[in-house]
Amino acid sequence: MVKAKEAVAKSDSSAAKKKLRPSKVKSLAKFETKKKARAAGTLKKKPKQNLLSGTATWKVVYKSGTWRFVHRPTEAKLIAKAKAEGKPLNETPKKKKSIIVKPIKGEKNGETREVHTVKRKAYYPTLKTPKKHKTRGLFKNHKRNTRPSLTPGTIVILLTGVHKGKRAILLKTLDTGLLLITGPFILNAIPMRRVHQGHVIATKTKLDISSVKIPEEVDDKYFKRTLLKKKPKKNDSKSLFVQKPKTYRPSEKRKFDQKTVDAQVLSVLKQHKDKKFLFLYLSFMFGLRNNQYPHRMQF
Amino acid sequence: MPFKRFVETGRVVYVVDGPYKGKIVSIVDCIDQKTVLVDGPETGVPRSKMRISQIHLTKFKINFPYNGSTRTVRQAWKKADLNKLWVQSRWAEKAANREKRASLGDFERFKLKRARKIRNKIRTNVYQALFNNTYCPKKKTAVAKVAKA
Repeated sequence: MVKAKEAVAKSDSSAAKKKLRPSKVKSLAKFETKKKARAAGTLKKKPKQNLLSGTATWKVVYKSGTWRFVHRPTEAKLIAKAKAEGKPLNETPKKKKSIIVKPIKGEKNGETREVHTVKRKAYYPTLKTPKKHKTRGLFKNHKRNTRPSLTPGTIVILLTGVHKGKRAILLKTLDTGLLLITGPFILNAIPMRRVHQGHVIATKTKLDISSVKIPEEVDDKYFKRTLLKKKPKKNDSKSLFVQKPKTYRPSEKRKFDQKTVDAQVLSVLKQHKDKKFLFLYLSFMFGLRNNQYPHRMQF
Repeated sequence: MPFKRFVETGRVVYVVDGPYKGKIVSIVDCIDQKTVLVDGPETGVPRSKMRISQIHLTKFKINFPYNGSTRTVRQAWKKADLNKLWVQSRWAEKAANREKRASLGDFERFKLKRARKIRNKIRTNVYQALFNNTYCPKKKTAVAKVAKA
């Protein structure tokens, strides 16, 4: 007895713990009453509905993306509702017959003819909901994927451009999918710049650069090129003389950012256990020797 | 000098090509002039046919009857202690080194290059010293005189 009481108490506590959704409670209650009715033998079975006959009180309708049950109120229910609200029952106007039998005059015309009151549809769709084709949208909105081997901190070998053959450190991937790298500048004269992942070999050596904080301004816009040459104006007296062509000069802001980032990267390099070799490694160029084939090598 | 290694039952061979590259197996039977039936129960190679061109004969041979089952091959293999013999051989050592060299990353290759450079420098220095001592001792004395002065 004691045990039973405890069990009851337990079940009560567990019930208190678990808060059931009101809908769940409702369904459970419904299930209980059904169970009791079945036990008593008073359960009324609903007659099966023939969906094809058109007399069914419900139908399955495609609505807002999914198939749903839609119940049609029975006539009795409608009347009851109208009575309860005290409104006159607005009878639905009876449907026009779709086919009328018309008498036809004249001989040998068969006397009558079936005529459609409503014109038949000229177009029937082949699908209920035509499929929407996926569009990728604008190129700038495309999703960018970088190779899994290219994580921040990997040492990469550059294959193209002015710095080809040099080794650099990958800082992060930018929104356009380009990689942000740095030499560091003291070691191999590579400034912070963007490279496409296709022009780079990722090596196994990775540095933990989680401590390196890159300034927030450094993004794709930061690296946007500025026009160096302006079109000479007409009748410009200066244009008569030979002018020195303007070359690219990094701004003070860029120099400052380069220094701050590189100082952090170098401190990471100094903490590496192979730091002596690592400094040399980054300052030396990559090259192939005899019997070395890049497709057979591991990086 | 007569041949010492034959394609025969019990001959241990080194696989050079195919999915079981780099493993050793034992020949069980000759199927035809180009193919043999091999089995490597202790090296994870199932009994299968292999082309002779994909196989290199080793000096090892184990004893089991012609067309012996995998069980008998395993017994003979264990009895000869072949895995140990193979590991100790110079061939296996070289193969392991080759594999190690191929698996080196870029940074490791660089480190190796540097180490070799240092080693070679030391070696040439020693060689030069010995050479000078034996073949041109005068030169050495001349240098020493200069140093003294």
